[in-house]
Amino acid sequence: MSTDNAANRPVLIENVSLLGETSASLLLVNGALADPTSAPSDAVRIDGTGLIALPGLVDLHTHLREPGREDAETIETGSRSAARGGFTAIHAMANTTPVADSAGVVEQVWSRGREVGLVDVYPVGAVTVGLGGTQLAEMGAMAMSRARVRVFSDDGKCVSDPVIMRRALEYVKTFGGVVAQHSQDPRLTEGAQMHEGVVSAELGLTGWPAVAEESIIARDVLLTQHVGSRLHVCHISTAGSVDIIRWAKARGINVTAEVMPHHLLLTDESVRGYDARFKVNPPLRTQADVDAVRAGLADGTIDIVATDHAPHPDEDKDCEWGAAAMGMIGLETALGIVQKAMVETGLMTWADVALRMSHLPAVIGGVNEAHGVSLTQGAPANVTLVDPSAPWTVDPTKTASRSNNSPFGGIELPGRAVATFLRGKPTYLDERLEGLFL
Amino acid sequence: MRHLLTTAGMSREDAVHILDTAAQMAATQDREIRKLPTLRGKTVVNLFFEDSTRTRISFEAAAKRLSADVINFSAKGSSVSKGESLKDTALTLQAMGADAVVVRHWASGAAELLATSGWIHGSVVNAGDGTHQHPTQALLDAYTIRKHLVGGDANGAQADGKGLDGLRVAIVGDILHSRVAGSNGYLLNTLGAKVTVVAPPTLLPVGIAARPELEVFYTLDEALSAHEFDAIMMLRVQRERMTGAAFFPSPEEYTRMYGLDAARMKRLPEHAIIMHPGPMNRGLEISAEAADAANSVIVEQVANGVAVRMAALYLLLAGEEAAE
Repeated sequence: MSTDNAANRPVLIENVSLLGETSASLLLVNGALADPTSAPSDAVRIDGTGLIALPGLVDLHTHLREPGREDAETIETGSRSAARGGFTAIHAMANTTPVADSAGVVEQVWSRGREVGLVDVYPVGAVTVGLGGTQLAEMGAMAMSRARVRVFSDDGKCVSDPVIMRRALEYVKTFGGVVAQHSQDPRLTEGAQMHEGVVSAELGLTGWPAVAEESIIARDVLLTQHVGSRLHVCHISTAGSVDIIRWAKARGINVTAEVMPHHLLLTDESVRGYDARFKVNPPLRTQADVDAVRAGLADGTIDIVATDHAPHPDEDKDCEWGAAAMGMIGLETALGIVQKAMVETGLMTWADVALRMSHLPAVIGGVNEAHGVSLTQGAPANVTLVDPSAPWTVDPTKTASRSNNSPFGGIELPGRAVATFLRGKPTYLDERLEGLFL
Repeated sequence: MRHLLTTAGMSREDAVHILDTAAQMAATQDREIRKLPTLRGKTVVNLFFEDSTRTRISFEAAAKRLSADVINFSAKGSSVSKGESLKDTALTLQAMGADAVVVRHWASGAAELLATSGWIHGSVVNAGDGTHQHPTQALLDAYTIRKHLVGGDANGAQADGKGLDGLRVAIVGDILHSRVAGSNGYLLNTLGAKVTVVAPPTLLPVGIAARPELEVFYTLDEALSAHEFDAIMMLRVQRERMTGAAFFPSPEEYTRMYGLDAARMKRLPEHAIIMHPGPMNRGLEISAEAADAANSVIVEQVANGVAVRMAALYLLLAGEEAAE
């Protein structure tokens, strides 16, 4: 992409729209934002006309698959995909092989992320040993490790035992951590294949009822209140979940929630045809649920958008629905989908996008000194340039991810990231900008 | 007709055409030489990912009576973790030149996937996919009902071209897990019959409320009080369903509330027929008296199954031009 020398040069982005509001110039030098009028003569100049500058995006929910499933994704390919999607920081979920339930594994992921250097990779630690749900993992050791873990999650599995969940919520208070819960009652979802409703009845697929998500969320917010801790609810997918979070926040409970781009755009109707690229957990819900999570995101009940980027190799998707793996990749489409579902519909501004895809995810993840900071002088030079009027058609084969299990193939998105800078260095540049750094 | 995957969305015209063709096929089965030369040189593969001896031999008999070559491919044991096997198996069959693949699979949607994936070029007949569809079962049930109740006499001599207009059919039992119920619900409705489903709420899909054409009763006695049924279809109940997943408390209670016994049989009109897709649990969903009653057509359903499957294979493989 760029030579090391060029990548280290200062960058001056002129006439760019900050958060889609005011036009300004940004000078990226020595990893931080500086006074643009002091730009040195050797600075790479980017014409920002028509572009929007956002603080680098932060994903609180990424599956990088390394260690263990490097056939699906590696820290390197996942990092590259993230940079292309406009992210400067991602949180790597713990469900690897071995599970990230010890200081050793989280340090390995953290240091490999640093080595790749395309995004800051923050490992998420497991709540329980081996995601087994019975014995607390050494969260203290992970928190004190070089990886400085603050987010703990058994994502992929629910911490369903109420006592274990209570203890985890209590325990993370020691180091200001947060438990990110995958809310899924296991008994109510045995063998579940898709959202339980009209379509599942017709397709003969075992249902994943909304109540299996909502009942766990209801329990967890009450536990959180009882022990005075902090809860983050992963991938909210139902209207009822939005209502419960809204209620909990009104009561002053310290809870945050995330929604996935696919739950903002797709419904269970997509499952007709049994194309396993639409198989995901939690499943695609109904249009009423899509409307509710959009409204919840717009009014702040749902704090953030996260990707749940979940790479799977072809052989785990090109098969019978019942045999297929759950999950979809999403790092490169997230921004375009949020623009399509939220900005173009008037539900959110670009400032809201910065809030919900950069600032708040960084705050929840405890990395808000390095990421999600307003683009003012002195701030870390983590910047994403967005072209909001560059319609493109998603082609799942053209991804930097090692896997191509995207459900969005053929869908047109209105805009995309065209450049991503991590501490002032370009980690992604589209074809048009690439030449500037040669 | 390119494939036979589902009865949902099947037109009345197509459905009646299959039934009429089945009647012609059945007529040939009374001849001294029952074998027809129609599909000579064609290869039909029975691809079974789960055991179903009855369905397999029914398709096998149908294909053989049409002179097709039959290959039985039992892929049982292929597990969820080896999902690719459907693709590889399909590619293998394609390489061998299968004109039609009759597929039975534990995964809902497997037949549709096979038909739309591009892995094979032959026709696909869904012989039961997961808890989704079993279209030839629905067609043979419709054929059996039409033969007995439409067209003037017990042989349905004047039934050609007709549907099941005005008839009322009860389907009793495990609607949730039954592909039979799924397929019959659509087909009987398309043919003009009114369908009543009877099951404990635990064995009904949550989404059934969105199917206003299906009337629902929670007990068999209520249903029998509400209607004079022309046909009653008892579904097989698996004993495993009550353990773990707790769909019903005990077989005794199920029999008490949903079993077809002599007393309930008497509440049916005289002309009503008793049906069951088999295999039966005598004493659970159906008593021996009901199963062996004069108006039980359960054994005849098996014979009709061959005729209907002959019609399906004929229409898929011989094409319309050969229909005369």
